[in-house]
Amino acid sequence: MTTSLLRRPGLALSVLVVALVVLAACLPGLLAPADPLRGVPEQRFQPPSASHWFGTDELGRDLYARVVHGAALSLKATLVAVAVAFVAGGAIGGVAGFAGGRIDGVLMRAVDVLLSIPALFLSLALVTALGRGTLNVAVAVGAASVAAFSRVMRAEVLRVRQAAYVDAARVCGVRWGGVLFRHVLPNARGPVIALATLDLGTAVLAVASLGFLGYGAPPPAPEWGTLISGGRDYLANAWWLSTLPGLVVVATVLSLNRIARALDGERLHR
Amino acid sequence: MRLYVLHRMGQAAVVLWAAYTVSFLILVLLPGDAIAALTGAGGAAASVSPERLAELRREYGVDKPVLVQYGTHLADAVRGDFGASFATGRPVGSLIAEALPQTLTLTLTALALALVLGAGVALAATYGSRPWLRQLLLSLPPLVGSVPAFWVGLMLIQFLSFRFRIFPAFGDDGWRGLVLPALTLAVPTAAIVAQVLARSLTTALAEPYVRTARAKGAGPVRVHLRHALRNASLPALTVAGLLVGGLLANSVLVETVFSRNGLGRVIVAAVTAQDVPVVQGVVVLSAAVFVVVNLIVDLLSPLVDPRIVLTGTGGRT
Repeated sequence: MTTSLLRRPGLALSVLVVALVVLAACLPGLLAPADPLRGVPEQRFQPPSASHWFGTDELGRDLYARVVHGAALSLKATLVAVAVAFVAGGAIGGVAGFAGGRIDGVLMRAVDVLLSIPALFLSLALVTALGRGTLNVAVAVGAASVAAFSRVMRAEVLRVRQAAYVDAARVCGVRWGGVLFRHVLPNARGPVIALATLDLGTAVLAVASLGFLGYGAPPPAPEWGTLISGGRDYLANAWWLSTLPGLVVVATVLSLNRIARALDGERLHR
Repeated sequence: MRLYVLHRMGQAAVVLWAAYTVSFLILVLLPGDAIAALTGAGGAAASVSPERLAELRREYGVDKPVLVQYGTHLADAVRGDFGASFATGRPVGSLIAEALPQTLTLTLTALALALVLGAGVALAATYGSRPWLRQLLLSLPPLVGSVPAFWVGLMLIQFLSFRFRIFPAFGDDGWRGLVLPALTLAVPTAAIVAQVLARSLTTALAEPYVRTARAKGAGPVRVHLRHALRNASLPALTVAGLLVGGLLANSVLVETVFSRNGLGRVIVAAVTAQDVPVVQGVVVLSAAVFVVVNLIVDLLSPLVDPRIVLTGTGGRT
């Protein structure tokens, strides 16, 4: 594992970036000792320097500390979103593929309808119904990718269901629950997990987008999308306020996608 | 052919009905009290008595059983009436119709730009045999896909409006104000076009007819544009519905970044105010656009590839 990582510097860098983001989310104080919420009025709009790596904002708060502390909210929202899509999509796709017949038809038509509504609009409808806040945004983002997960899960269950060992288990008298949970699902999960890793990057972007529109965490709390939109009013005189948090989002998404591709490639090679 | 069109229009109507139902389920059945939000919007929640709230609920018809609400709303929607905005009291239809032209101008400009950019990258990447150029160009689309569209817009404003003062940052007057938003909107779409087209061009260039064309003396440009591109454009055409849906969704962000009026601003304001009828109207409209674009693509595909025959049962052979 380590030698193959060293031979692929891009992948190694991606793992490092994601590790840093996870560290920032779990132990923000370790990476940025400064208080993300307390501003020093005399130090407003300081450009990036040795003492303030990312500069300071309109209230004199340290932007680097805000980005580091924002990782927790953004990462939590991302994980919740992917979990919602994984569980709901997996359940719908699993039931559709396993039950077949009319249930399959009805469920998959419903999924097709979800696909005809652009993801952002679906999320916005859910935010309207659920209200604002990080958790609601996460659920809304996750719901928008349920359709993709259902399709992959269904296709996999259909593929596995025809395997000889599934027939064998049935013939041996294993009940349907046992067949589903012990034989079908464990063998069908590979592509769904690959999709989940790929969906992490998409979810980071979607959560940031909804945060940018102002539906994420309420103001003083730092969140990546909110931080980018917060710098919007000062683009002319404080370039760092939107640019640097945006670069952090880009680096995170790029790294997540790179890792997802590597995992997918290894799965296909095996 | 006529039978095919009728069949597909029937399918489209079913999808629209289903999209309406999904949006109804999300917006009306989920917990979230639109009327309370409406009266609390001005920060005067405490001043509204329970009696007044009940009265408002009656006025907007949200006190009736869900099935009755669904039935009346659906019947109205079929006639094109999506109700009145909770926040302003104006009909949703006219709110959308007013905002649509600006958004259409923006998205259509962006679509044209994206097709040119995307096709340019795909053609350049597959033309000739310079592996480094090919690698470079093909690594662009996934890179672009990892960048938030709204951030691209902010960066463009920062450099091209504030630092170099080439294009205005805000406002929706004239073509100069359209350049940056259209570019921002076009970039992610162009990435998808480039990816799909590069893949299908690579497949097409390996086909025997390309060798035949070359053997008959066709130059590399002619082979690339006349033979390979025409065959490769069909897979790109099939993602058109997805592309237009994505453009419409991203226009919400782009209009916010550039402070342009349009559909995106309408829905952002509606979501903030929990203005259910407006949100529902825009969601159903976006589904309608997706369905119509897919229908047009299916009807156009025989023109690109004469081997495709549209049959009455909705299948393509």
